[in-house]
Order: sequence, then structure tokens, then C-alpha cells
Amino acid sequence: MSDHIAVRRDTFDVAAELARLEAMGGGAVASFVGQVRSDGPDFDALELEAYPAMAEAALGAIVATARERWPLLGVTLIHRYGRLAVGDRIVLVATASPHRAASLEACAFLIDWTKTRAPFWKREWRRDGTTVWIEAKPADEAAAAAWS
Amino acid sequence: MDILYFAWVREAIGRDGETVTPPADVGTVAELLAWLSDRGEAYAVLRDVERLRFAIDQRFEPIDASIVGATEVAIFPPVTGG
Repeated sequence: MSDHIAVRRDTFDVAAELARLEAMGGGAVASFVGQVRSDGPDFDALELEAYPAMAEAALGAIVATARERWPLLGVTLIHRYGRLAVGDRIVLVATASPHRAASLEACAFLIDWTKTRAPFWKREWRRDGTTVWIEAKPADEAAAAAWS
Repeated sequence: MDILYFAWVREAIGRDGETVTPPADVGTVAELLAWLSDRGEAYAVLRDVERLRFAIDQRFEPIDASIVGATEVAIFPPVTGG
């Protein structure tokens, strides 16, 4: 199987995932790792809620679209859910291709669409125990729409 | 028909889902929202349609999509993953 698509609670091994793509021999592997960023001194943790039954299929559809547009040998798209601390990895996108531009462009496309076309919701936990749901950003939707 | 709620929609309604049998004249997502919003104060969140998104049988669909024959309808805020 040349694609690895997963929705899971536990973290992932970036080096192992990239090694899998490097072994395909295309000569170009690009990757993006999304991490939890502190949103100020009150920030405690980020919680990701998923629609589990739909999430993996949605990621698969995004990967299928990328494969229609770029010559890709392999794709990895892993998205975590649950409560995550500052610095924890949230998402890994990685692409293998015979062409530098294809691997880089497909990687950017995959994260832009994952942000706007996969059923996950973020909320921030504050140190006082309260939570705030993160609002969708118009800039994210604009970035995703720019690929259409 | 199974209805699923996520994120602040789930919190407002106070449950993550329920099984309902809408009347025959409820044929679209918009009509389903109107019907569900009459179930009680907690369901008032479903009148805030501009802030809601939907999936029918695990595919994203617009508010005017048909729910006829659907087995699972999910109602949630705009997604914020990645």
C-alpha cells in the first residue's frame, strides 16, 4: 500500500514515516508537521474532537484528489484527536514523487484541504479549566479554495 | 434516522446524538433543522444555520440537500482540524 492514511489518538514517528516514502525511490519527499502552539499564558491544552466514522474516509478523499493532480508515488496523512499539550504533533502530511514541485505542491494542498474538508474540531483548554472552541478562519478557507 | 452532534452543537444540545423519525414532509437538512429545533430550548442552537455545517451518511452536504433515505445526518460547526 503506497498511502498511509490514519486517524488516531497516539503520536506518530516522523522519521519512520519519511523513511517509508524515501524507500519508494522517487527522489523527492516533502512533509509538513502541524503542532500544538501556545496561545498565551492562559493556554493549557488543545483538544481535537473527531467524527471518527467519517474522518478517515474524508482524508482518503483528499488524498485521492491530490493523486489526480500530481504524480505521487506515496502519501502519508495522519491526523490525531484527543487532548494534546503544547508542542505535541497534531497532523503529518508527507508526499513522495519523482518531482520536487509535485511533492511540495501536493503537500501544501493536502494540509490546506485537511484544515477545511475533514471533520475535526479544536478547542482550547485554559488554565482555569474553561474551554473555548476555535473558530474557523476565513484565510484557511481561502487557501483551500485557491486550489480549486 | 441517526442524528449526530459535534463540538459546540453537541454541548448546547447536551448529547452526542439521537435516533429520530422525522415526519414525511421533512425532506431536506433545512427542514430537519426546523423540525428538531422545536424539541426544546437546548435545540435553539439549530436555528443558527449560518454557523452550522452538515454531513449526510458521512459526506459533507449543503443545507438544501435531501435527507430522504439517509441513515445518518451529522450537524456541526465549520471544521477546524489540521
